[in-house]
Amino acid sequence: MIKVEKLTKRFGGFTAVNGIDFEVQKGEIVGFLGPNGAGKSTTMRMLSGFLPPTSGKAEVAGFDVFADSLQAREHIGYMPENVPLYTDMRVCEFLRYRAALKGVPGRRLRERVGDVLELCGLKDVEKKLIGNLSKGYRQRVGLADAMSHEPDLLILDEPTIGLDPNQIRLVRDLIRNLRRHHTILLSTHILPEVEMLCSRVIIINKGRIEALDTPQNLRAHLGQAGHVVFDAIVPDAAAAASALRALESVQSVSHRTDGEWTVFTIHAAPGNDPRESLYRHAVDNQWRVREISRPPVSLEQVFTEVTGGDES
Amino acid sequence: MKAEAMRKFLILFGREVSSAFHQPLAYVVLFFFLIVTGFNFQAGVTLLNTGAGTVTMVQAFFNTVYFWFPFVLVFPLITMRVFAEEAKMGTIETLMTAPVKDAQVVAAKYSGCLFFYLILWAPSLLYFVVFQEITGVKAAEAVGSYVGAYGMLLLMGLLFTSIGCLASALTDNQIVAAIISFAAILGFFFLGLLSFLLPSTGTFLRELTYYLSPVEHMMDFSQGLFDTRPVVFYISSTLLVLFATFHIFQYRRWKS
Repeated sequence: MIKVEKLTKRFGGFTAVNGIDFEVQKGEIVGFLGPNGAGKSTTMRMLSGFLPPTSGKAEVAGFDVFADSLQAREHIGYMPENVPLYTDMRVCEFLRYRAALKGVPGRRLRERVGDVLELCGLKDVEKKLIGNLSKGYRQRVGLADAMSHEPDLLILDEPTIGLDPNQIRLVRDLIRNLRRHHTILLSTHILPEVEMLCSRVIIINKGRIEALDTPQNLRAHLGQAGHVVFDAIVPDAAAAASALRALESVQSVSHRTDGEWTVFTIHAAPGNDPRESLYRHAVDNQWRVREISRPPVSLEQVFTEVTGGDES
Repeated sequence: MKAEAMRKFLILFGREVSSAFHQPLAYVVLFFFLIVTGFNFQAGVTLLNTGAGTVTMVQAFFNTVYFWFPFVLVFPLITMRVFAEEAKMGTIETLMTAPVKDAQVVAAKYSGCLFFYLILWAPSLLYFVVFQEITGVKAAEAVGSYVGAYGMLLLMGLLFTSIGCLASALTDNQIVAAIISFAAILGFFFLGLLSFLLPSTGTFLRELTYYLSPVEHMMDFSQGLFDTRPVVFYISSTLLVLFATFHIFQYRRWKS
């Protein structure tokens, strides 16, 4: 659906996007993840045909977004950051105008606008002026606009920014429902959002792609296999730690005391899960155990690791 | 393909016209305009009443300072919004990622402004009808006088509207756009007035300022004196300015 080759954008001396390559298949939801100023919006603007690239090329649905810009744009529904809308228009009027402009034939306009109003939960505000709507509703109007001409690809730039938690949940549910009919490329700097929505993640930093994989794989590869917390009462903490270290599949062990309990943090060898052998070891030694658990590695950690931490 | 392009243009044009009427400024301008042209008409009637002599009502209407004052002032007010507002609000981004050509957008915005300008002047036609009805005096010697005056009104509107659009495409700020177009239009207007200050006919400067003078053009055309030179001048310079507007519009987007 999207094919990007060596795409570069320079503004004067500043390189916003630096030779990125990636592909998105039909039906995927791909998350564009990166700190502010990483080049997410610039890339999306180039894909949507708004900005010409300095070099490289991009294709959407088989059309070059610059050479065959008009055909490519017919396949794209783009929602820019901050969702610019005509505040002097009514919701249904605006959607009708936009759908017509994007080539929905006159006889299908009413039906299409009705559909997107329904889908985005805008029925009760369809007669209101956009200028009087709350941020959450505006976001949904933007989304309704983006999909009004049934594009194959939706490009959504920070669809949940500036919303309250309830509205964020609504917009996320909406996006999740869209995946049946659309390929979606969305950008965000909210990590849980990516984990919840996306089948693949592109992490971009300083105009370059730092990582490109499924959220699960990214977690597994970049965040190591994760660590295991093992919490028990042992007669001698240091001796116990070295005994644990000797177990198969355990790479390193550190420990601290918490009252009479000793909390071990155990790093396993990649691809291994030491929890079962920890349990056996505890039973054999008749240790009293409070916890054996494996906290999930969040993409947050992956992200910090990839983008170089503090700068974000 | 042709029909589709026309449909897109009409959709954009419709949006331009409706957005012009969605802002309070439109009604302020319409109101202000009615008052000033009404006053101008009244001044024309007074002039005829004092029996100064040889002018007709149409000539009296189109050649006074009360005509030129609102005429020059109105273009920045009509056009300042068109590009500047979309750039400022960011809606230019959704507009230009829809499958429309840049040229269609520029043409639609320009036509929208021109349409508003024509609506502004349309009621003045009624004045002459009412004048003839009540006084029984002919408002003009011949039909050519109407055609000339309104034709010139249209020709000047073509050029000055395009200058306003160009100014609006240059900036994100409506006020700045208004000031630029006001300065440009006023500068051009005063350049034309120079022809009254240069007495000797036949000199190059006199010919040039005459060629560029809206006041002279209107004076001739409202008597029904047609001259192809101003027609060519207004149409060709309009095309030039629109061409520049198109490129500036494209350039500013690509640079952003």
